[in-house]
Amino acid sequence: MSLKEGILNKDKRAAARLISMMENNDPEAIKIISALYSHTGKAKVVGITGPPGAGKSTLTDKLAKKLRQEGKTVGIIAVDPTSPFTGGSILGDRVRMTDLYTDPGVFIRSMGTRGHLGGLSKATLGAVKVLDIYGCDYIFIETVGVGQSEVDIVKAADTVLLVMVPGLGDDIQAIKAGIMEIGDVFAVNKADRDGADRTQVEIEMMLDFNHSEWRPPISKVVALYNKGIDELYDNMNKHWYYLENSGKLMEKRIRNIQLEIIDLVQRELMDRLVGNEEKKAMILKMAEKVAHREMDPYTMSNDLVNKVILKNS
Amino acid sequence: MARPIRVLVAKPGLDGHDRGAKVIARALRDAGMEVIYTGLRQTPEQIVAAAVQEDVDVVALSILSGAHNHLLPKVVELLKQENVYNETLVIGGGVIPDEDIPGLKESGLAEIFTPGTPTQVTIDFIKENLKRCL
Repeated sequence: MSLKEGILNKDKRAAARLISMMENNDPEAIKIISALYSHTGKAKVVGITGPPGAGKSTLTDKLAKKLRQEGKTVGIIAVDPTSPFTGGSILGDRVRMTDLYTDPGVFIRSMGTRGHLGGLSKATLGAVKVLDIYGCDYIFIETVGVGQSEVDIVKAADTVLLVMVPGLGDDIQAIKAGIMEIGDVFAVNKADRDGADRTQVEIEMMLDFNHSEWRPPISKVVALYNKGIDELYDNMNKHWYYLENSGKLMEKRIRNIQLEIIDLVQRELMDRLVGNEEKKAMILKMAEKVAHREMDPYTMSNDLVNKVILKNS
Repeated sequence: MARPIRVLVAKPGLDGHDRGAKVIARALRDAGMEVIYTGLRQTPEQIVAAAVQEDVDVVALSILSGAHNHLLPKVVELLKQENVYNETLVIGGGVIPDEDIPGLKESGLAEIFTPGTPTQVTIDFIKENLKRCL
C-alpha cells in the first residue's frame, strides 16, 4: 500500500511516516500532501498555549477524552523544545496522555521545535494537514511552553486556548502585548490554588479593553482532577460556532493561508539563495569584499536577491 | 542536515522507578536524539501504539520489576504485528540477570544494558545498529 492510499485508509503508520517526511523536508511528502490538499480543511484546529508547566498537556488530555465521549476523533500534535546546542530534545507531553495511547480514535505525535522559534516547529502546519487528511475531527496543537511573544499558534489554529495559572504576575503582565492578546478562550488552570480569582479578574479587566465582537470567555479549571472541563469544552465549541456563523472562519483561514504562503516563499527563497555549500561559500566571498569596504552589505544583498529572482522569472 | 534519531523511552510494567529511564533519556538527548518519553507503568500495547504514531527508530525499554522475560518479548511481538519491527531497533535496560539476556536476544531484543553501563555505550550501540537510514 502506498503512503497515499495508506493515509486515505486511515493507516496510522502511513500518517506517522508522512509527518516524519514533512519534518525532514522530503519532497515526496510535499507531493502527496499537495495531491490530497482538497481533503484538508475539515478538521477543527485548536491551539493550546501557555507558560511552561501551566498544564497544557493535562488539559489537552482531558479535552480529548471529552471529545472521544462525543464520538469525535482527535489528533494531537505536541511540540517541545529542541536543544540549540545538541539538536536533541526530550518530548514529554505524552506522559500526561497515557490513557489515550491505545484509543483507535486518537493520534498523538510529539515534535521537537528543531530550531524554529515562535512556539511551534517548522513542520507543525504540515503535520496538521496530514492529520486532517487522515480524518481527525479535531486537531489539538500544543505549543512549547511560551513566554511573552511566541504567538505563531495564531497562524495555525482556528481557536486559541490560552492556559494561565495563578501567581505568575500582576495586572501589568495581563495588559502587556503579545501572548495575552491571542487567546480566543481562556483557562485559569490549577484554580484550586490561591490567587485564581484574582488571575481571572485581571484577565477580565484586560479583556474589557478589547472591542472585538467576540469576548473571550474564561473558565477556572483544575485539569488534573477534571474540574471545569465541561465549561471549557462548551466555551471552545461556542468559539467555533461564532467563527462559523459570523463568517470569520473563512476570513481567519484565508489570512492564515496568506501567512503560510509568505512563509513558504521565504523558505524557498532562502533555500535558493543560501541553501547549499557553494552558495554559502559565495556569500563568504561577498562578505570579505564588504569587510574590506569595497562594497556595502545593502547593495550586495540586493544584487544577490535580484540574481535569484531574475534567473527564474 | 541529517534528521535526528527518534527514540521512544518506555517503562513497561508495574515498577515505579524511572530514574534510570530519565538518565538515559537525558543522555540520548545530549547526543542529539529526539527522545519521546512515555511515562511510567505502560502496557506493551501502549508502548507499541506510541512507537507507531511517533515513527521512531528505536524503542528503549527500561524495566526493574523482574517481569522482563514476559514484557519485553511481548513488545517485540506487537511491533511485528504492526509491521514496524523490521525498521525498529529494540533495546532493553534495567536490573536483568545475565542468564536471562540470551533468551531476550533470541526473542528480538538487539541488546540489553545492565546497571553500570556507561551511557556512551548505549549511544554508540544505537548509532551503529539503526535498522533504517537517517
